[in-house]
Amino acid sequence: MTAGWLLRGVRPYGEAPVDLLIKDGAFAEVGSGLRAHGADVLDGGGLVALPGLVDLHTHLREPGREDAETVASGSRAAALGGFTAVHAMANTDPVADTAGVVEQVWRLGRETGLVDVAPVGAVTVGLGGSQLAELGAMADSAARVRMFSDDGHCVSDPALMRRALEYVKAFGGVIAQHAEEHRLTEGAQMNEGVHSARLGLTGWPAAAEEAIIARDVLLAEHVGSRLHVCHVSTAGSVELLRWAKGRGVDVTAEVTPHHLLLTDELAATYDPVYKVNPPLRTACDVEALRAGLADGTIDAVATDHAPHAVEDKECEWGAARPGMLGLQQALSIVQLTMVDTGRLDWRGVADRMSARPARIGGTVRDGHGGDLVAGAPANLLLLDPAVTSVVDPAELASRSRNTPYAGRELPGRVVATFLRGVPTVLDGKAQA
Amino acid sequence: MKHLLSAADLDREAATLVLDTAAQIDAALAGREVKKLPTLRGRTVVNLFYEDSTRTRISFELAAKRLSADVITFSAKGSSVSKGESLKDTALTLEAMGADAVVVRHSMSGAPHRLAQWVRGSVVNAGDGTHEHPTQALLDAFTMRARLGRLEGLRVTIVGDVLHSRVARSNVLLLSTLGAEVTVVAPPTLLPVGVDAWPVEVSFDLDQSLPKADVVMMLRVQRERMSASYFPSPREYSRRYGLDATRMAMLAEHAIVMHPGPMNRGMEIAAEVADSVRSTIVEQVSNGLSVRMAVLYLLLGGAEVAA
Repeated sequence: MTAGWLLRGVRPYGEAPVDLLIKDGAFAEVGSGLRAHGADVLDGGGLVALPGLVDLHTHLREPGREDAETVASGSRAAALGGFTAVHAMANTDPVADTAGVVEQVWRLGRETGLVDVAPVGAVTVGLGGSQLAELGAMADSAARVRMFSDDGHCVSDPALMRRALEYVKAFGGVIAQHAEEHRLTEGAQMNEGVHSARLGLTGWPAAAEEAIIARDVLLAEHVGSRLHVCHVSTAGSVELLRWAKGRGVDVTAEVTPHHLLLTDELAATYDPVYKVNPPLRTACDVEALRAGLADGTIDAVATDHAPHAVEDKECEWGAARPGMLGLQQALSIVQLTMVDTGRLDWRGVADRMSARPARIGGTVRDGHGGDLVAGAPANLLLLDPAVTSVVDPAELASRSRNTPYAGRELPGRVVATFLRGVPTVLDGKAQA
Repeated sequence: MKHLLSAADLDREAATLVLDTAAQIDAALAGREVKKLPTLRGRTVVNLFYEDSTRTRISFELAAKRLSADVITFSAKGSSVSKGESLKDTALTLEAMGADAVVVRHSMSGAPHRLAQWVRGSVVNAGDGTHEHPTQALLDAFTMRARLGRLEGLRVTIVGDVLHSRVARSNVLLLSTLGAEVTVVAPPTLLPVGVDAWPVEVSFDLDQSLPKADVVMMLRVQRERMSASYFPSPREYSRRYGLDATRMAMLAEHAIVMHPGPMNRGMEIAAEVADSVRSTIVEQVSNGLSVRMAVLYLLLGGAEVAA
């Protein structure tokens, strides 16, 4: 244990420079001209300080596909991206639908120690959509699961969805829905529209997402439950969420970095690195998602980090698995699409990438999503927003290489990340 | 031009060159005892067929042979492909064998585009999923030009399962490049969302489109589409969108009837229409051979076509 850290001249939320003194895992003092008292000193030189990011939607692939990602490699990618907590999705093999599996994932996260790994429990047994998994047992386990999702699959059966929404109220849980009316997306490969018509790829209509969101907000309203909508991708979904929130429905939603930037015309390359579910949409959708995130209709940015082995992407579009990497570039994409465009300031970014996701997923209890104030747990990142770099897939911490940003020049570099006062990243390098 | 992946790879000049070259090849071979040109001697053409297609495979095979190329045919059922080898590994194998051109037919849209990234030789799309079939469009254009003398301003009506048709996609692109006016006719369920961005007119009414058409191209409609509720029954489809003798009588005197084959007689086209003098179905097959010879010749840059 060191005697703590003194971060000199950093700019919390991009505002006036201050010194942050970290002791015993928390901010001991915030002010100017602070003395180190034996603490390690980091000269912040105007770096932006933000609360540690919280990802509501990460695929760590362990157990089952350790060739694509492990809790350790995914944790490293997360820390390098400025995250201090990630929610690990349940679609592993075996599925995280029992206390045993969620505890295993949680324990692997603790052993790695770079980020807090909060496992998401499956809603239904084996993601099969027909029988509720033992949600209470997962909630009572050491992993203290509060978020449940069949992500990758929609909880299609409306009666089962209703019961799930009701049941988790007993322990303050939330159902995170992957909204996809599967009968409308059979064989779907990309957004249905002008480009799918030309490319001869089966379309995934926006209505398949919107129909489920409409149904679920009505169910949540009826039973007085909390609903979270995963990876919202269409303008229509944003409108429905705005309407539901206006009625007082307890619904929250997330958007991925890639849906804030990329569009469906990239499918014209037939390179499956652009294949993802829900699919990349149109420029109009991108605009609506940015507006929805700016005005708070969409609560959070969540990566849907989805590593895939090379052979699952170096193939025909139709044979490839959907999904793309996201953890390491998430903040850069948000800077590019929201901050540099003037739609969010850094306080807004902290709200959408830390405070709100921590409240939604329940990691507030572990000290995530707090402010950069004296007394708060020292979970934070330091960002240099002025530098740009070109994304090189070979340099990523993930075991997989399926980044859609290869060769793109992106702004912002995470220089350091601290988890409860301990650096997990220093000088842009992971500490484990 | 390195590859032929889409009809959109051809501008007007390039498309016309293919058609003119096919005509030259026809002329060069006309009346010859030995129907063979030496132009691609020593070159290797691989036919890589992941999907059954007797007529297209044979047509490409014969086209390459008539140009004196060495021809290897890989079909998915008899090769390592059925043992689960990836497209990329197959591509690298072909590359190692020194294939100068790979002609690929695949059930997945875009597979030829992927292949083109992994091999050094030329890739010819012989039909990919529901995307494109550019040599079919070229042979169709060749047939129209041969029968009607021009393509500019020609009114072409394409009828049937446009949604799933690679023939329709390639024809729409090529014909609009060549100045024809295309109308697609189908039940709304068999038109893609986004068809409004195509350079075509869209109609749901076949009877209205027939009298002004110079060319009617009927597309194959698979009976399986019925089970997915694209239409209520084959009979209803045939009644509303099939070309029978009564409808054929509505055509202008000079108008022709085309079909890429294989036909569902009695479904999209009646036997008496398929066998009528307006029908170009058999010519399309023989023109396919000339057009594919022209494509291989132009891509592989063989010696001059003997005048």
